[in-house]
Amino acid sequence: MIPEPAIDRLAAMFRTPDLTGTRYEIISTLGRGGMGVVYLARDTALDREVALKIFDRPPGDANEARIIARLEHPGIVPVHDFGELPDGRLFYAMKRVRGDRLDRWMSVARDLSDRLAVFLRVCETVAFAHAHGVVHRDLKPENVMVGEFGEVLVLDWGVAAADPSTSSGQASSTGSGQGVSAIVGTPQYMAPEQARGDAAIDQRADVFALGAMLAGIARGVAPVAAIARKAQSADAALRYQSVPALAADVNRYLAGRAVEAHREPLFDRAARVVRRNRLAILLVLTYLIVRVMLIFLFRV
Amino acid sequence: MRSDSAEVRRSAFDAMVAAYWKPVFKYVRLKWRASPDDAADLTQGFFMRAFEKDFFASFDPARARFRTYLRTCLDGFVANARQADARLKRGGGVTLVPLDFDEAERELSRQAGNAIADYDAYFHREWLRGLFAAAAARLRDDCAARGRRDRYPLFEAYDLAGDDRPRPTYAELARRHGLTTIDVTNELAAARREFRRFVVEALRQQCASDEEFENELRGLTG
Repeated sequence: MIPEPAIDRLAAMFRTPDLTGTRYEIISTLGRGGMGVVYLARDTALDREVALKIFDRPPGDANEARIIARLEHPGIVPVHDFGELPDGRLFYAMKRVRGDRLDRWMSVARDLSDRLAVFLRVCETVAFAHAHGVVHRDLKPENVMVGEFGEVLVLDWGVAAADPSTSSGQASSTGSGQGVSAIVGTPQYMAPEQARGDAAIDQRADVFALGAMLAGIARGVAPVAAIARKAQSADAALRYQSVPALAADVNRYLAGRAVEAHREPLFDRAARVVRRNRLAILLVLTYLIVRVMLIFLFRV
Repeated sequence: MRSDSAEVRRSAFDAMVAAYWKPVFKYVRLKWRASPDDAADLTQGFFMRAFEKDFFASFDPARARFRTYLRTCLDGFVANARQADARLKRGGGVTLVPLDFDEAERELSRQAGNAIADYDAYFHREWLRGLFAAAAARLRDDCAARGRRDRYPLFEAYDLAGDDRPRPTYAELARRHGLTTIDVTNELAAARREFRRFVVEALRQQCASDEEFENELRGLTG
């Protein structure tokens, strides 16, 4: 019979990875992501803190590290190192990001324009990944970090996969044996085709998730809510067909122009035109008033 | 256990019995205060009824852990058996994998001093004990088959040690086995790697779906 202390010891062995032979020491647990646990660790060789992701399974999950390593972008946390633990599990070390998760960042009162600016940064990063043939498949506020200096990072590419609709889609499917047809993601942010486990999940699944995130940002602002609704259309063909198209509509809103997704009432449209051209209208009005006054004075 | 093939179903059922019979026996002995013979009969009867009636086919991993579901079925089964005052007979035409109830009873007597406050936690721990014991036995056999003479004894002495005597240091183990401390470190690291692999494989075998396996693995790795 396995004695009581041994059960505790062996269970702890599963919870706390054995880092013998690596240059890392675990400091604490940061959280759980897709496919593994992320620890705060010290890189003893360079004497700096890193985020260390350790996968749940023995070999096969090199996918995430390879995807991230290939995607060099300011919105994606760079990978420093990759290796195998003595127990056979794979790990990778990445830059430690200090800041707030987007859901927590948004829980503090923020201007809509600030929230949309962060959203657009997320869109830029995701669009970059799409351009390299990678679909994230698990976009949600918990997977976005807003750093101390305003940097916006998209995390947790653990369930990312190749986009079958792009010729550059070269990312391998996740090493867990989950191809693009496996049901992965978070229900609230998951496109219907993803929830059904359809064979071909393309970038429009990420457009859906971004729409769900935008819906949380819109908070009753009709044009933004309309953009979010369009992005979340159940039929992928009715959504924005790419993330840049979605971002362009958000940018149109921020620039005070009409958005594609929203048919405005006449009064709202007039008010928006007035708001957008306030200075020009003021100048014209001033000119007209002065002109009328001059005509009146000459006649008198 | 949902396979169309009777052979696959039977094999999955046997694996499930092997993983759970001891926790079931001990649970019935302690929670239901059954005598050793009654507990053995109830354990046999429960698994036979489960096989005949396909109890576990309706298990939904999205709603509960398999262990919780099994324990709920077990409680219902024992309550009904008690109510009907029906002493279950062993056998009944279905042969289960051999179950060594005497060994389980000896284990129970060794655990006699431990008070049980939470039967759910107790059942989970007994399942974990069985899972680790099966993986350790596989490691022992694997080491013997591959001529790794020191690996399992080192693992047993260091990682499976109880609290009846002080745990040896790597240096003591090195002296005992005529190895260097680095050899002990390497052998233990390899043993743990293989042990982990055997646990994960056993877990995979116990789970009916990828989703259930993911949940169990996450439960184990915290």
